[in-house]
Amino acid sequence: MYQYDSYDQAMVDARVEEFRDQARRRLDGKLTEDQFKPLRLMNGLYLQLHAYMLRVAIPYGTLSGGQMEALADIAEKYDRGYGHFTTRQNIQYNWIKLEDAADILADLSRHEMHAIQTSGNCIRNISADHFAGAAADEVVDPRPYAELLRQWSSFHPEFTYLPRKFKIAVIASEKDRAAMRLHDIGIRIVSRDGEVGAEVYAGGGMGRTPMIAPLIRDFVPIDQLITYAEAALRVYNRYGRRDNKYKARIKILVHELGAAEYTRQVEEEFAHMLAVGVEPPREELARIAAYFAPPAFVDGPKTLDRSDPDFALWVDRNTHRHKHDAYVSAVISLKPAGGIPGDATAEQMRVVAKLARDYSFDELRVMHTQNLLLPHVRIADLHAVWSALDAAGMGAPNMDTIEDIIACPGLDYCSLANARSIPLAQRISESFAAKGRTEVVGELKLKISGCINACGHHHAGHIGILGVDKKGKENFQLSLGGSEAEDVSLAKITGPGFDEDGVVAAVETVTDVYLGARQDGERFLDTYRRIGMEPFKEALYGG
Amino acid sequence: MADNLGTSPDEVQFRFRDDEPVDHGTVTVDACCDQTNATAVRIEPGDDARLLLPYLDRLALVEVNFPGFGDGRGYSSARILREAGYTGELRAVGDVLIDQLSHMRRCGFDSFAPDKRLDEDDALRAFATWENVYQRAADTRRIIADKRHEA
Ligand code: HEM
Ligand code: SF4
Repeated sequence: MYQYDSYDQAMVDARVEEFRDQARRRLDGKLTEDQFKPLRLMNGLYLQLHAYMLRVAIPYGTLSGGQMEALADIAEKYDRGYGHFTTRQNIQYNWIKLEDAADILADLSRHEMHAIQTSGNCIRNISADHFAGAAADEVVDPRPYAELLRQWSSFHPEFTYLPRKFKIAVIASEKDRAAMRLHDIGIRIVSRDGEVGAEVYAGGGMGRTPMIAPLIRDFVPIDQLITYAEAALRVYNRYGRRDNKYKARIKILVHELGAAEYTRQVEEEFAHMLAVGVEPPREELARIAAYFAPPAFVDGPKTLDRSDPDFALWVDRNTHRHKHDAYVSAVISLKPAGGIPGDATAEQMRVVAKLARDYSFDELRVMHTQNLLLPHVRIADLHAVWSALDAAGMGAPNMDTIEDIIACPGLDYCSLANARSIPLAQRISESFAAKGRTEVVGELKLKISGCINACGHHHAGHIGILGVDKKGKENFQLSLGGSEAEDVSLAKITGPGFDEDGVVAAVETVTDVYLGARQDGERFLDTYRRIGMEPFKEALYGG
Repeated sequence: MADNLGTSPDEVQFRFRDDEPVDHGTVTVDACCDQTNATAVRIEPGDDARLLLPYLDRLALVEVNFPGFGDGRGYSSARILREAGYTGELRAVGDVLIDQLSHMRRCGFDSFAPDKRLDEDDALRAFATWENVYQRAADTRRIIADKRHEA
């Protein structure tokens, strides 16, 4: 794992002091709320329905057991004993007091963490494949490149007042486990004739105008990655729309210019930047990569005792193939049936931290599906890990099933919400679990957003649900056929929306249609793509 | 008229140069391109700073206007001019806030004429916020990665 040196530590400490000073000036009345807002936002502090919300960055979703314990301590000391893991691999605390914010940032800094650029119109926390460094199918570990980008984008003097927020994701395999093409810039690290480089996509995003990012460069030599990113950002900073907040994301620029014209402008700027020389020295990437050297894996048994059916089901559902054949990656479900997706109590965080230390080289990941992950678990240790998780309420065998719902905070916390997403997620997962339908239905990604901003990725759900306001009442639009993976697609709306009871029933109806029509081995998404929307519409709304 | 545009030297609150400031107003980018003798110009957020590149030799002052603090195009304008070798005064004017000073400085601004005068102590602290920096910019500071790898 990456570790701060004295420079990194000093940067974060300086930021804490800067924020303390800003908070003081706000309290002294030297800053108006309007002026203070972008500053607190750049430190992850939002004002929400009931309190301040603090969003802590977990760069590329990687953290140690000690860092997880620090997050648990903060949950207890400053919040109500829990935290909420998000689709951008961050954690949010929902009940923060402004007076405590600087102290929390100082606590984070002591554990090499921060809330820098987790909101505001700047380059946000860089996300990555949650199986990075472990997955059998990766070309290289994408995290060193993400860390290089993290440092480059931190306090970037030119790109701190962009037209709108800017999100970057980095992966390094054919499979996309980071919704890479739904980011402002998506990067896939590839190898070509033995040389490492980056495939770059630009202009993806969700929100009210979802778009899939087109490819703008099939190979950026890796020692020009920062230069290329600088060029792509400069074109956006200069020409991204600033007249309308809803058209300010880079996706609109790329769409309005056309991918070819945007690419041409970036190439021109790139040639110029290469001449100026902005790339960090080559050795820097090597220095960073050394921190991500694979841990000392040891050989061991490759099979396990499957006599306990509950354990066997969990192994089948929640583990992922590892590059070392005596290991797997184990998904820690934060989706107990009927629970709040992504929430973890301080106690649970401590259980997870201990498991990481005992069984996974002290490493943890936050997944964009709002679950946690032990990246390197020996197959021989799996039973012990599962037992401990199960005892702490985190052993649900439901990865990528209909219980593994992504849901935004919605009207329970969020001031922008039209509808509640959490209770809906709770009802659906509870009902499928109670009827024993979860396994029958198999892989089905259900994603819920409480408003058009799409924080819950509903456009990318095999089934998506969007909360809208219909004459002052909560109403839910159903959509089908989205995917955030390598087979990326945007979901289509089925038709008129439903009330809460109606949408719960509608989800059941569409899974009935699927079960009736599926051919062997098909996932819900495959069946939908084969038979189209009509049969689902008919079942939902009649002929 | 063109001469009324721009800030006067008295409005400049911070200046990091030793030469005499230009004592007359600025012209628009369009006017600067049409007019062969202008020595001071003012860039608005929507202007393309690159239009000025043929005239850098004769320019002694470029003002970059920030009508609202959240519009960050002026940061790119500043860096583009410095990257092209402009050595004259580069002045940030308008809605310039304390917490932007260090970034503006890194993008090549060397004078500041905020609409509302800034608290001197707070501003000086703000200029000194970053002892080290991660990325290259117009200030040619050695970045952290350089320092890590110096022999
Ligand atoms: C509760 C406070 C939150 C607020 C006020 C908020 C606000 C917003 C807004 C305004 C947008 C739309 C941006 C645009 O389209 O330009 C957005 C998009 C998004 N937010 Fe949130 N959000 C919140 C919580 C979350 C949480 C908890 C997550 C993760 C679970 C999240 C992840 C995202 C993602 C992934 C997108 C869409 C992707 C994109 O186009 O960038 N947000 N958010
Ligand atoms: S999708 Fe809407 S309701 Fe949900 S968190 Fe985002 S802004 Fe809030």
